[in-house]
Amino acid sequence: MADRSATPGPLIALRGISRIYGAGETEVRALDDVDLSIDDGEFVAIMGPSGSGKSTAMNVIGCLDAPTRGDYLFDGVNVARLSRDQRALLRRHYLGFIFQGYNLLPRTSALHNVELPLIYKGLGRAARRDAALRALAKVGLAERSHHDPSELSGGQQQRVAIARALAGNPRVVLADEPTGNLDSHMSVEIMEVLRDLNHREGLTIVMVTHEEDMAAYADRLIWMVDGRIERDAPTKRAA
Amino acid sequence: MLWETIKLAVQAIFRNALRSFLTVLGIVIGVAAVIAMVIVGQGSAQQVTSDVEKLGSNVLMVMPGQDAFEGGPGTTDPPFSLADNNAVERELSFVDIAAPIAASRARVVFGNENRRTDIVGTDNRYFAAADWEIERGRVFEPSEIQSGRPVCVLGETVRDSLFGNANPIGETVRIKALSCTVIGHVKSKGASTFGSDQDDFVLMPLKTFQRRIAGNPDVTMMYLSISDRIEAARAQEGLERFLRDLRRIGPREDDDFTVMDMKQIATMLTGITDVLTGLLSAVAAVSLIVGGIGIMNIMLVSVTERTREIGIRLAIGAQARQVMTQFLIEAIVLSLIGGLIGVVLGLALAVLGSNALNVPFTPDIGIVLLAFAFSAAVGVVFGFFPARRAARMDPIEALRRE
Ligand SMILES: Nc1ncnc2c1ncn2[C@@H]1O[C@H](COP(=O)(O)OP(=O)(O)OP(=O)(O)O)[C@@H](O)[C@H]1O
Ligand SMILES: [Mg+2]
Repeated sequence: MADRSATPGPLIALRGISRIYGAGETEVRALDDVDLSIDDGEFVAIMGPSGSGKSTAMNVIGCLDAPTRGDYLFDGVNVARLSRDQRALLRRHYLGFIFQGYNLLPRTSALHNVELPLIYKGLGRAARRDAALRALAKVGLAERSHHDPSELSGGQQQRVAIARALAGNPRVVLADEPTGNLDSHMSVEIMEVLRDLNHREGLTIVMVTHEEDMAAYADRLIWMVDGRIERDAPTKRAA
Repeated sequence: MLWETIKLAVQAIFRNALRSFLTVLGIVIGVAAVIAMVIVGQGSAQQVTSDVEKLGSNVLMVMPGQDAFEGGPGTTDPPFSLADNNAVERELSFVDIAAPIAASRARVVFGNENRRTDIVGTDNRYFAAADWEIERGRVFEPSEIQSGRPVCVLGETVRDSLFGNANPIGETVRIKALSCTVIGHVKSKGASTFGSDQDDFVLMPLKTFQRRIAGNPDVTMMYLSISDRIEAARAQEGLERFLRDLRRIGPREDDDFTVMDMKQIATMLTGITDVLTGLLSAVAAVSLIVGGIGIMNIMLVSVTERTREIGIRLAIGAQARQVMTQFLIEAIVLSLIGGLIGVVLGLALAVLGSNALNVPFTPDIGIVLLAFAFSAAVGVVFGFFPARRAARMDPIEALRRE
């Protein structure tokens, strides 16, 4: 991974980020003047009560949303000033997403689901297939590549989603409650895949979770309340 | 990327095959209608032209009145006489034959059979000028013409409906108060292009008609066979000049007669076909627009149904324009499929229609391509709004939607 950390300094740097919904009386500060730095190769868990702004933070970090105020430097680039289409390009080339509800395309094979981001990256047919199969192998699903999502268990579907996030060779994977729909057995399965990716490939992972057990897989735990970071510390595992 | 998008669109369309088919029905009908109508229209225009060529383009017809359609019994302009007709034939070198004609419609009766038909008073020159061949019997004797004897020659349709298989020669038919001996009948020319029956008439000597049927000495039309050594336009000009003199029309007065040649009639008839084709094509165009609205409707449904998919695509890095392209292509592919079915159906209808109307089937690649291009355009126009709606979605909102 020679091309990683091209610039010195943190890979992700939020500086005084606020995300405010509505205005006046009904204004909601989903993020309230947040400062946060995440280095290349970190595995960060975000926890907090419902409505504390975790998903909002993920959306900003994932360049899906633009902050109302503040600067967000992704590898030195100020995302807050980019257009919608420019943010799409950042997502395409540097970011991978894992959602609570998997969000796979229905009636579309695992392989095609994983190939999807590569189509937008402009890879040819063969290269796409190769990369998709490699990504599926990493999550242990190579032999299920031709199954539709409806033929896979929840854990397997989430692994396909991880493969899709990985296929484009991103610098950061963002996972918003990736085990939220899974039983504890499948959750462990998913967390082990993520931990391996972080350890073996140095992939940067930011994950929102409601479960202490899952957060324990990360190196660092951020605790949010009311749109602010209340606590930011290494996990027991990292300590 | 484009190829991928097209493949994707085709997949999406066939995933909902029935719905897609119902959606494109409007386009199918529109395209099929345009193609069938234009091809059949062109076929009949071609038919008219070739019919007219067969008739010989060197025929001129002269009628009193300023407009061919005002001529005949209604016109206030003076009629012609036999002398006028003979003067035209004698004085104009380029007129090979001039046949005098006076005609009206009346019922002809034989036994229990009868038929309303054109009763035409003329002489033997008409057989030569209009190419009527005697099938059985004979033409008029000079004495019969001279003294206006009650004899007649039947057109094929009249012969068939009055006599069937029996021999009509020597039988007596009744026309109004006139009892008339059948002396012959002529070979069929068949239906003209627009289905009017050319064989539906009874011929008798001009004098017989004038005295016993019309009660006046008028000649209502001169049927002229023109030498093929002169251009049609010059013949017409010479004829007009001669008639103005003959009828003493002052230099500032308009003609009180009309000269028509078969080419003019052909142009008039094809003109009618063109108008009809145009009118029906307009109806077809409306159905294409209705089809387009159907496509817009179904694309809007599709965009709503696939909100989540759009969210996923945007999240993994699709730009607005790429989502837009995807849905636009889907709409275009949908309408092109409709166009394709429509082309096939339209060609089939054109074959059937051409057969039924007995006109040549003249497939025209131009109109097929045009209809195809038009259906693609319908896809673009009516796919635009739904596609833009898809492209403008917010990925976060789209992903949250169930
Ligand atoms: N599109 C929106 N419009 C208005 N308010 C919003 C919108 N999205 C989020 N919010 C508000 O912002 C706050 C933070 O929401 P967010 O989804 O980030 O919470 P969360 O920490 O992810 O909660 P949960 O654990 O339930 O997922 C909440 O008060 C929420 O109601
Ligand atoms: Mg959330």
